[in-house]
Amino acid sequence: MSGLVVNDLHVFHGAIRAVDGLSFSVETGQLAAIIGANGAGKTTLLRALTGLKSVQSGSATWNGESMLRQKPENLVRQGIVHVSDGKSVIPELSVKENLALGGLWRRDKKDVAIVTKEVLDLFPRLGERMSQSADTLSGGERQMLAIGRSLISRPSLLLLDEPSLGLAPLVIEQIFQAIKSLQARLNLTVVLVEQNAMGALRIADIGVIVNLGRLVTVGPSQELINNPALRAAYLGY
Amino acid sequence: MSRIINTLLIGISGGSIYSLMSLALVLVWRSTRVVNFAQAGQAILSTYIGYVVVTHTDNYWLAFPVALLSGALIGALVDIFLIRILARRANSGPVAAIAPVIATLGLLGLIRAIVGMIWGGDLRRFKLPVTNHGFTFGHTTIPFAPINLLIVVTTVIVMLIFSVIFQRTNLGLALRASAFSPEIARLAGVRVDLTRTIGWAFAGAAGAIAGVLVTPTNYLSPNSLDLLLVSGFVAAVIGGLESLIGAALGGLVLGISLAFVLEYISSSLAFPVAFVVLMAVLLIKPAGLFGGKRVRSA
Repeated sequence: MSGLVVNDLHVFHGAIRAVDGLSFSVETGQLAAIIGANGAGKTTLLRALTGLKSVQSGSATWNGESMLRQKPENLVRQGIVHVSDGKSVIPELSVKENLALGGLWRRDKKDVAIVTKEVLDLFPRLGERMSQSADTLSGGERQMLAIGRSLISRPSLLLLDEPSLGLAPLVIEQIFQAIKSLQARLNLTVVLVEQNAMGALRIADIGVIVNLGRLVTVGPSQELINNPALRAAYLGY
Repeated sequence: MSRIINTLLIGISGGSIYSLMSLALVLVWRSTRVVNFAQAGQAILSTYIGYVVVTHTDNYWLAFPVALLSGALIGALVDIFLIRILARRANSGPVAAIAPVIATLGLLGLIRAIVGMIWGGDLRRFKLPVTNHGFTFGHTTIPFAPINLLIVVTTVIVMLIFSVIFQRTNLGLALRASAFSPEIARLAGVRVDLTRTIGWAFAGAAGAIAGVLVTPTNYLSPNSLDLLLVSGFVAAVIGGLESLIGAALGGLVLGISLAFVLEYISSSLAFPVAFVVLMAVLLIKPAGLFGGKRVRSA
């Protein structure tokens, strides 16, 4: 089966069942928004999928191959790239070094140069700040840097944890539009974990609503937006 | 005036050795967040290996690379077979979190015992690579000798090599990224287990270099580098524990201060003074004289 398939996944966070039998799938090239309140288990889900957290039981496959119980650095080599929550950059390193990090392991240095140029075309503000240390960047620029770095690893599956966190509405819109255009242009499969439910669903193909580690519903994002009961309960208005 | 300059030169020479030991401790601290008490043990074992080469070949310049490579290998093995395993269990309880540090203390004792079993406890002499008779200018001979010059020059070269590796190479970028943020480094594809081991290997090499440089001016015994470990810690703390430049400067500050105390006050005060400097730095500027964010990236 192609795409991402998560089946009956159980993950503990301390003594809490943070992910409690979650199943959903995302087809290749789709953008899936994982929506839910704080503490719904969204971040734990991503961390379990990319080897940062150990899994109790269940399965997760990417294009038919199991992705569980692998090291994140090995998953990156299979095209599975996780941009963790907060602004996933290393503040002590320069912008240039943060970007270079995503391509260090890659043999094809020509393609690293090509994709680096593409990233700088997409986020020209990074190009102006290449030699500055990453902690001088604004929140939006840091997010651009984190996403830019992930692209240099040439992902096929991109897992983004709350890219809108702490950003101004206008900047959130920019970041979301960038994600949407990348998905289409690079035929990326994107799993977007968000608390900003409406913003995420607007750019998503499908929405996965989770609550207390369990699936509430999964469906085309437009249907979820139009469902009054869901809107009231999970989408915040 | 010349007394001041002479003291300064001797201080720089002594401080160079402290810088190397401090560098070894900082490299391990940065890569694995472990305060490595075994560093003195690893260095003494490497130095004895160098000693064996010197006594068999009568060639110091062969002993130097052999000790350096042994130091690197010992460092890597300590990480792979001890620290990595303990670090994996770091979240399994209050003892587990400090287990690596306690383990390095145990390892220090173990290595000293092994070295004692193999080579005995006698004080041994290391052949001098160059003379320890001071340079002569006209009719005056200064305390600063070719051996001191060798120590300073070698230290500067080692520091330059490390700074080029860390600042200018992909390996250096991976090492720095792993030190600052192991999780983000892993998510970017850096093999952090490997970079940690390389950090330990570099540290082992730096400690071994300190050992083979200081031993010709002194004697060799299973405990002869213990005081160097203390000085290395003091220098590392003065330097802020995080940065390579801090390690180098911390060593120089300590070396020069000790040289002046020895020369102008009393030779018996050297180690009390080292500890007073340590405590003063900890009380007044806990982040180290050269600590803080700005030098952290260096």
